[in-house]
Amino acid sequence: MLRFILTRVSLVIPTFIGITLLAFFLIRLVPGDPIETMAGERGIDPARHELLRKEFGFDKPVLTQYGIYISRVLQGDLGKSIVTRESVISEFSALFPATIELALCAIFLALAIGLPAGILAAVKRNSIFDHGVMGLSLTGYSMPIFWWGLLLILLFSVQLGITPVSGRIAVQYYIEPVTGFLTIDSLLAGDFGAFKSALSHLVLPAIVLGTVPLAVIARMTRSAMLEVLGEDYIRTARAKGMAPLRVIALHALRNALIPVVTVIGLQVGVLFTGAILTETIFSWPGVGKWLIEAISRRDYPVLQGGTLLIGVVVMSVNLLVDLLYGLINPRIRHAR
Amino acid sequence: MTAETLEAPSAAVPAGTPPHPLREFWSYFSANRGAVAGLVVIVAVLLMAVFADVLSPHSPYLTNNAVFLKPPFWQEGGSLAYPLGTDAIGRDILSRLLHGARLSLVIGIVVVAIAMAAGIVLGLVAGFFKGITEIVIMRLMDIVLTMPSLLLAIVIVAILGPGLMNAMLAVAIVVLPHYVRITRAAVIGETSKDYVIAARVSGAGTLRLMFKEVLPNCAAPLIVQATLGVSTAILDAAALGFLGLGAQPPTPEWGTMLADAREFVLRAWWVVTLPGLMILITVLAFNLLGDGLRDALDPKLKR
Repeated sequence: MLRFILTRVSLVIPTFIGITLLAFFLIRLVPGDPIETMAGERGIDPARHELLRKEFGFDKPVLTQYGIYISRVLQGDLGKSIVTRESVISEFSALFPATIELALCAIFLALAIGLPAGILAAVKRNSIFDHGVMGLSLTGYSMPIFWWGLLLILLFSVQLGITPVSGRIAVQYYIEPVTGFLTIDSLLAGDFGAFKSALSHLVLPAIVLGTVPLAVIARMTRSAMLEVLGEDYIRTARAKGMAPLRVIALHALRNALIPVVTVIGLQVGVLFTGAILTETIFSWPGVGKWLIEAISRRDYPVLQGGTLLIGVVVMSVNLLVDLLYGLINPRIRHAR
Repeated sequence: MTAETLEAPSAAVPAGTPPHPLREFWSYFSANRGAVAGLVVIVAVLLMAVFADVLSPHSPYLTNNAVFLKPPFWQEGGSLAYPLGTDAIGRDILSRLLHGARLSLVIGIVVVAIAMAAGIVLGLVAGFFKGITEIVIMRLMDIVLTMPSLLLAIVIVAILGPGLMNAMLAVAIVVLPHYVRITRAAVIGETSKDYVIAARVSGAGTLRLMFKEVLPNCAAPLIVQATLGVSTAILDAAALGFLGLGAQPPTPEWGTMLADAREFVLRAWWVVTLPGLMILITVLAFNLLGDGLRDALDPKLKR
C-alpha cells in the first residue's frame, strides 16, 4: 500500500513542474516586455522598471528566473493583480468557495439523476425509456452549455420570472462568511430569506454546469451495468432464485460503480471548464468569471496565478481519486 | 484513404465467401438509425456550407438600419425578406447561420487535421522508440490532459492573441493528447504481431514499418476519434468565440454570434436561440456518427 501511494504521489511531481512551467512562460510569451505587461496600460517609469527587472530577476538567466519563480510559488507568493493590487492568492481564496459551491451542487444533481437513469436504462435495455435516456444524454453531452444557460434564463427568468438572472444572492442580504457557501452560511445565520434567495440564484447555474457530467454519468452507468449484468455470477444469483431487485442492487450495482467512480473523478476538469462558461453567463462571482475578466483587463498576473492554482487543484483531486480508487479496489493497488 | 484502410482487416478473414468489407461495414452502420440520422444532418450542413453564397438571401455582413431586430417571418412584424429575422444591427440571421456552417465545418476539420497529424507522429514515435522518448511525450500529454481544456485553450489564446486561427490552434493543442494516446496504444498492440516481425525481418526500415505497415492497421480507432473530435472542436471553438477569444465580430461564427446576442436575450429570442441550435444540431450529428462508426468498426463488438 505504501509503495502504491509513493508511486502515485511521485508521478505528480512532473505534472506539477509542467503546470508551473506553463504559468512561468505564460507571462514571458505574451508579446511585449513582461514588466510592462505586469504594470498594465498605465505604464511605468524607467527607474522603477529597472528596479522591478532586478527584483523579478529578469536580468538573470531563464533557469535562475524559473528557480526564483518556483521558490516564490512554494512560499505562496503568486504576485499581485494589476487592477486591484490585491495578492492573487487572497483574491482566489475569496472567490473559490463560490465555484466549489456551484460545482458541488452541479455534481450532486448529476449523480442524483444520472445514476438512477443509467441503472434503469440498463435494466430495461432497448425499451423506450432506454432509448429516451440515451438520446437525452447524447444531447446533453453535445450541448453548448453557454447557450443552454441563455435558454434557461430566457425560459425561467424572462418568461416565467421564477429565478433571478445573475449573481449569488439578492443585494439586500449580507451574510458573514463562515464556510464561504452562501446556502450553508445563511442557514447558520438562521436567515431563511437569505437562504431562499441564495438557493434560487444557485438552481439555474447548477443545472447548466451539471448537464455534461449528468450525461456522462448516465451513459457510463448504463454501459457499466450492462457489462456486469452479462456476468456469470449475475446469472447464478438469478438462477438460485434471488429477487431481481436484490440482484441489481446488491450484486450488479456494487461492481458497476467502480468505473463510474473513476469517471466522476475525471469530471473535475470538465467542471472547471464548465464553470468558466457558466459563471460568465450568470455573473456568478467565482474563479471562472475572475479569470475571464482578467483576460479582458489584460491582468496577466491573475491569469498566471489562477491557471497555476486551478491546475494544482485539478491535479490534487485526480491524485486523491487515484489513491481512493486503490484503497477501494485491491486489483489496482497491486497492478504494475 | 478510408477504402484502403477498411479493406485491410479482410486479409485476416478466413476463405469462403466473405462479404466485401465496405458492404459489411455499411450493413453494421446502417442498422444504427442514430448514426444514419447523424450522417444525413452532416450532409445537410455540408450542403449549407458549400452553397452558402447561393442560399443566402443577403450578405452575412450587410447591415440594414431599417430592420433592427426584426422577428422571423411567422411572427408578427416579420417578413419573408428576412426569413429568420435580423440581429441588432440589421443583418440577416439566415445568411449568417449559413455562412456560420461553412466556418464551423472548416474549424472542425482543420482542428482535427492538425491534432491528428501531430498526434499520429508523436504516437508512432512514442510507440516505436519507447524509453526516454516515450516517457517525455506521454508525460507532456498527461500535463495537457490535467489542465481543464477550456482554461488551457484560453491561456494559449492569451499568449497568441484572440482570433479564429489562434483559437483553432489552441483547440488543436488541447485535444492533441487523445490522438497521441490512441495511436501509441494501437502501435503497441500491433508491433508484436507476426506481420510486423515479418516485415522487419525482410528488411523494412523503421519509417516504412511505422507508416506503411502499422499505421493503416491503427486506422479504425483514429477514424472514430477524428469524427468525435470534430464535434469537440466545433464546441470548443464556439465557446472561445462566445468568450470573445475566438473568431472576432463581424465574422458570422455561431459562438461569436451568441456573444453578440447575449444582451438581447430579454427582447429578441431568435438572435439567441438560432445560432446555439445550429451548434447543438451539428455537434450532436457528429457525435451520433462517431458512435455509429465506433460500433461498426470495433471488432470487439462485432458478433
